[in-house]
Amino acid sequence: MLRIHNLTTEFPTRRGAVRAVEEMSLSLQRGQIMGLVGESGCGKSVTLLSILRLVARPGRIISGSIHFEGRDILSMAPAEVRRIRGADIAMVFQDPLTTLNPVFRVGEQIRESLRVHRIGTGRTSRREERETVLSLMKEVGIPSPESRYWQYPHEFSGGMQQRALIAIALACRPKLLLADEPTTALDVTIQAQILELLSRINSERGTAILFVTHDLAVASEFCHWISVMYAGRIVEQGPVDEVIADPLHPYTEGLLRSIPRLVKPRRRLSPIPGDVPDLIGLTNRCSFESRCDRRMPECAERPVSLVDVGGGRHVRCILYE
Amino acid sequence: MRGLRVLERILSTIPIVFGVAVIVFCVMRFTPGDPIDVMMGREGHVSQEQIDALRREFGLDKPIHVQLYMFLSRAVRGDLGNSLTKHRPVSALIRERLPATVELALGALVFSLVLAIPIGVISAVRQYSFVDRASMAAAFFGISMPAFWLGIISIIVFSVRLGILPSYGRLPYGLEPARVTGLYVLDSVLTGNVSSLVAALRHLLLPSVTLGAPMAAIVARVMRSSMLEVLRQDYVMLARAKGLTEWAVITRHALVNALIPTVTVVGVQTGVLLGGNMIVETIFSWPGIGRLAVDAIFNRDYPLVQGVVMVYALTFVLANLAVDILYTYINPKINL
Repeated sequence: MLRIHNLTTEFPTRRGAVRAVEEMSLSLQRGQIMGLVGESGCGKSVTLLSILRLVARPGRIISGSIHFEGRDILSMAPAEVRRIRGADIAMVFQDPLTTLNPVFRVGEQIRESLRVHRIGTGRTSRREERETVLSLMKEVGIPSPESRYWQYPHEFSGGMQQRALIAIALACRPKLLLADEPTTALDVTIQAQILELLSRINSERGTAILFVTHDLAVASEFCHWISVMYAGRIVEQGPVDEVIADPLHPYTEGLLRSIPRLVKPRRRLSPIPGDVPDLIGLTNRCSFESRCDRRMPECAERPVSLVDVGGGRHVRCILYE
Repeated sequence: MRGLRVLERILSTIPIVFGVAVIVFCVMRFTPGDPIDVMMGREGHVSQEQIDALRREFGLDKPIHVQLYMFLSRAVRGDLGNSLTKHRPVSALIRERLPATVELALGALVFSLVLAIPIGVISAVRQYSFVDRASMAAAFFGISMPAFWLGIISIIVFSVRLGILPSYGRLPYGLEPARVTGLYVLDSVLTGNVSSLVAALRHLLLPSVTLGAPMAAIVARVMRSSMLEVLRQDYVMLARAKGLTEWAVITRHALVNALIPTVTVVGVQTGVLLGGNMIVETIFSWPGIGRLAVDAIFNRDYPLVQGVVMVYALTFVLANLAVDILYTYINPKINL
């Protein structure tokens, strides 16, 4: 359903262009949940924004293609992209407090996303739209929707705000939901509720979800497939259980080792040494090399590409070439 | 609930107005010069007896605190006394002149908002473009330009050289529309008097622009910066992600939020409009209370100055009240 091929998104700066996403390829089937995991600044969110062509200037998509149901979003006219936004592909953002418009009533903000895509295709009355909004609010678990409809975002708790945002995203029954760390700003218990809600939407409606998170634990619970990103590139990809049980790339291994465990036997956390490299002037050689505990002299010398290692798994490391 | 709060706010302005009354009274009394001296200066030689008689007549022979008491006790009943130079009740003089000032201030307000808000928005949306740079340069010009200079230059250009706009007064003699509100533009519309309407608008144009230019400049700059701020917000991104057109994103989602700081500035600037109108009314021979105030100050016409300043103070307080009330409508987080 969604096939991203060699996507590269760049942000020009005074020191040179920052490649936030480089040669990213990814595909997602109907009804699947794909986790996009990585540290802050590795290009996860930019990937999502690129799919809807919402990357803010001066950032721009340099090359690649994003096929959605057979059509390349990157070569569409702006009006066509607008018809897809919110209708076929909807997005849930990270921070619900700043994502709802503070001056409009929550119910009306949900109704707006209905209205946007109903123009020209048969008129629905305001009352019918309100009914739809109320049932959406009920579906995402907002209690007493009749009174909540008329409240403003600041009168909602964080969890309720995120539910409202999910209702906005679901309004037009999208086939694909882009979720940009939708639980990061929430308490752990609320986080679990939101994940459960997204899971339910996925199984009941068959909505595919591209789920961005920096939390490998969340991804392992919730996703079917997982893509690990590092410095703008995918370093490992595969079915979630296999990747967690048997990580191939040294970076994935490192990520897994740095997750604290609550059950015994406890062990010392082993953080990955060093920092994410400067994204300016990266070459096509391995960008994890300087922090890798299995590096070889060869790593600094030749380029690495994402190789298929069978069983739907891909990895970008010369150990597997 | 809102109505009750509004009433509360209106009542809370009473002490402010009272304070203004006391201060104005004192300042006028401590200013060197005396109304009787000014009057006598015009009339030639007069005897001390005549001067004393006049002082008694106007109550100027009594101690200051008694005069203050008399002034305040009459003022609460709406009696601001008689003008010393025009020999008519101050309240009547103000009532006669106030519509002209209100019309000019509204003209300036409309001019500046209609011009400045779109400019601010366009400048923000097309940041660093030619339009942005040109309008910000013009705004800088607008802020730095004193009203007396802009007024005189516009008279020279549009009235003297080009001869397309009148340079003084509100209307040619005999064209006044039937009085409903005293605002000529509004009255002409209400009475369907087209020739008066056109003439009134033509007379209003130059003074409104002169008075409104600094405000337009400030509003445009504030609007631009708050719009830039708002356009970076997540909810603007969500609006785009919903599939709205850029026009809808800007006019619906961004504009309302960007207006919040602008409304505050407009409220404060209303005071500046009032201050500026003395100069502008003088330049354009506009028969409003600004000119009345200037004349009254030169003549040490105590009651008249007091009356006019009270009107200014009241207007300022009411403008700020209006802004506070407006605020509750555009920003749901704020209650009165």
